[in-house]
Amino acid sequence: MSDSASIMPEHPPVTDWVNDFDHTDPTWTENPFPIWEELRAASPVVHTERFLGCYMPTTYQAVKEIAYDTEHFSSRRVIVRDIRPEITARAPPITSDPPEHKPAKQLLLPPFTPDAMKKLEPRVRAICNELIDEFIADGKCDAAARYTKHVPVRAIAHMLGIPEKDGDLFIKWIHGILELGIKDDNALMEAVREMTGYFAAHLEQRKQNPTDDLISTLMKARDKDGNPLADEHVLGSLRLLLIAGIDTTWSAIGSSLWHLAKTPADRERLVKEPELMPLAVEELLRAYSPVTMAREVMKETTVSGCPVKSGNMVLLSFPAANRDPAMFPDADKVVIDRKENRHAAFGLGIHRCVGSNLARMEMTVAIEEWLKRIPDFRLDPAGKVTWSEGTVRGPRQLPMLFGKTN
Amino acid sequence: MAGKLKVRVDQDKCQGHARCKSLAPELFDLDEFGNAHEVGDGSVPEGLEDKAYLAQSNCPEIAIEVTEE
Repeated sequence: MSDSASIMPEHPPVTDWVNDFDHTDPTWTENPFPIWEELRAASPVVHTERFLGCYMPTTYQAVKEIAYDTEHFSSRRVIVRDIRPEITARAPPITSDPPEHKPAKQLLLPPFTPDAMKKLEPRVRAICNELIDEFIADGKCDAAARYTKHVPVRAIAHMLGIPEKDGDLFIKWIHGILELGIKDDNALMEAVREMTGYFAAHLEQRKQNPTDDLISTLMKARDKDGNPLADEHVLGSLRLLLIAGIDTTWSAIGSSLWHLAKTPADRERLVKEPELMPLAVEELLRAYSPVTMAREVMKETTVSGCPVKSGNMVLLSFPAANRDPAMFPDADKVVIDRKENRHAAFGLGIHRCVGSNLARMEMTVAIEEWLKRIPDFRLDPAGKVTWSEGTVRGPRQLPMLFGKTN
Repeated sequence: MAGKLKVRVDQDKCQGHARCKSLAPELFDLDEFGNAHEVGDGSVPEGLEDKAYLAQSNCPEIAIEVTEE
């Protein structure tokens, strides 16, 4: 259990965004887009004294420079938090820098190719329909709690070969790590400990009885010298897949449905022209990118002409990069058939999200199946949409009404 | 008449976003790690010129070259 001593003092409200930004401030959580615009107008790189010192690149160009520069910017810490404890639980390859990064990533890539995702797709389609069956007759639902959350949980459980019904545990750990953990170290450590114990038991089972799933694939993997991976490496990668594979996609599907609920023209167009889905998914990923990463500055350098000093963290906001009008005309508008779209929702450079093909497939299938069964829907004016805080942004309550308005 | 087009994926830049394969599967393919390469010698068959440019303009790593022969 968390004790109050481990919880950092509450953050004072932000009054000066340019010199004192805070991505955990309720104003940011509710609607970050005007804040990013203000920061971008001020400088390509801004700084806050919060989080023991942290920069934020505000333009696509500055985000790209940092993502490509693994010499000055380390991935050993990938979440901006109030504290910087000693690094204990690594999660390769996301927390790896060159030269360790490439071999760790190569091991994870083959199970996540588009072809591999095609094999998983029928199961995900069935999951979506099982979920919709549970609430469609009610004429309404909280789409975050009843739908968008469960699609990635069940899909990744299916891939890993662990029970889909353990999903509630996964969601609890992820909340502890990505949200509570920013300010409460005990909540984070407790979640990591429980998760590691859970996967260690699955590893032991498979040592006796090997299976045909992603956990066994990792256990059978050999490094370049032909040696099996240490249990600690396998456990780290499993923690990563679970943390990175769930609330990210949950958020992306949720933001997409939120947009479609309040934008009948886009919804009707997708129902009439389903062939637009691939472009639409990329545009929804651009406009509502869920994932903000972090780096730690290892050596002094400059980014887009701005000096950057070691000892600071960097809030690497791919979502803000994707709203930069210098890169995307009408950046704050969702153009559902945008043709030119080099968005960075899955990162840029060597840390490109290993699960990007999985996320795209889940988003596509989850939106398609929803639109087939529930072509007309809107936000429930009696309810309230709430958004997650911190590193991954998406709706956590998404009350919807089905059918046409009269 | 414009010349024939050729596409090429820069292997040092490609990070496996797979956008090209999704937009122009006739012109790009992926290896076992999901990284892209051009199909055959990269020659763009007639009628697929737009797809070549579409793939190029959606690559987040600017890894695709389109050249006119």
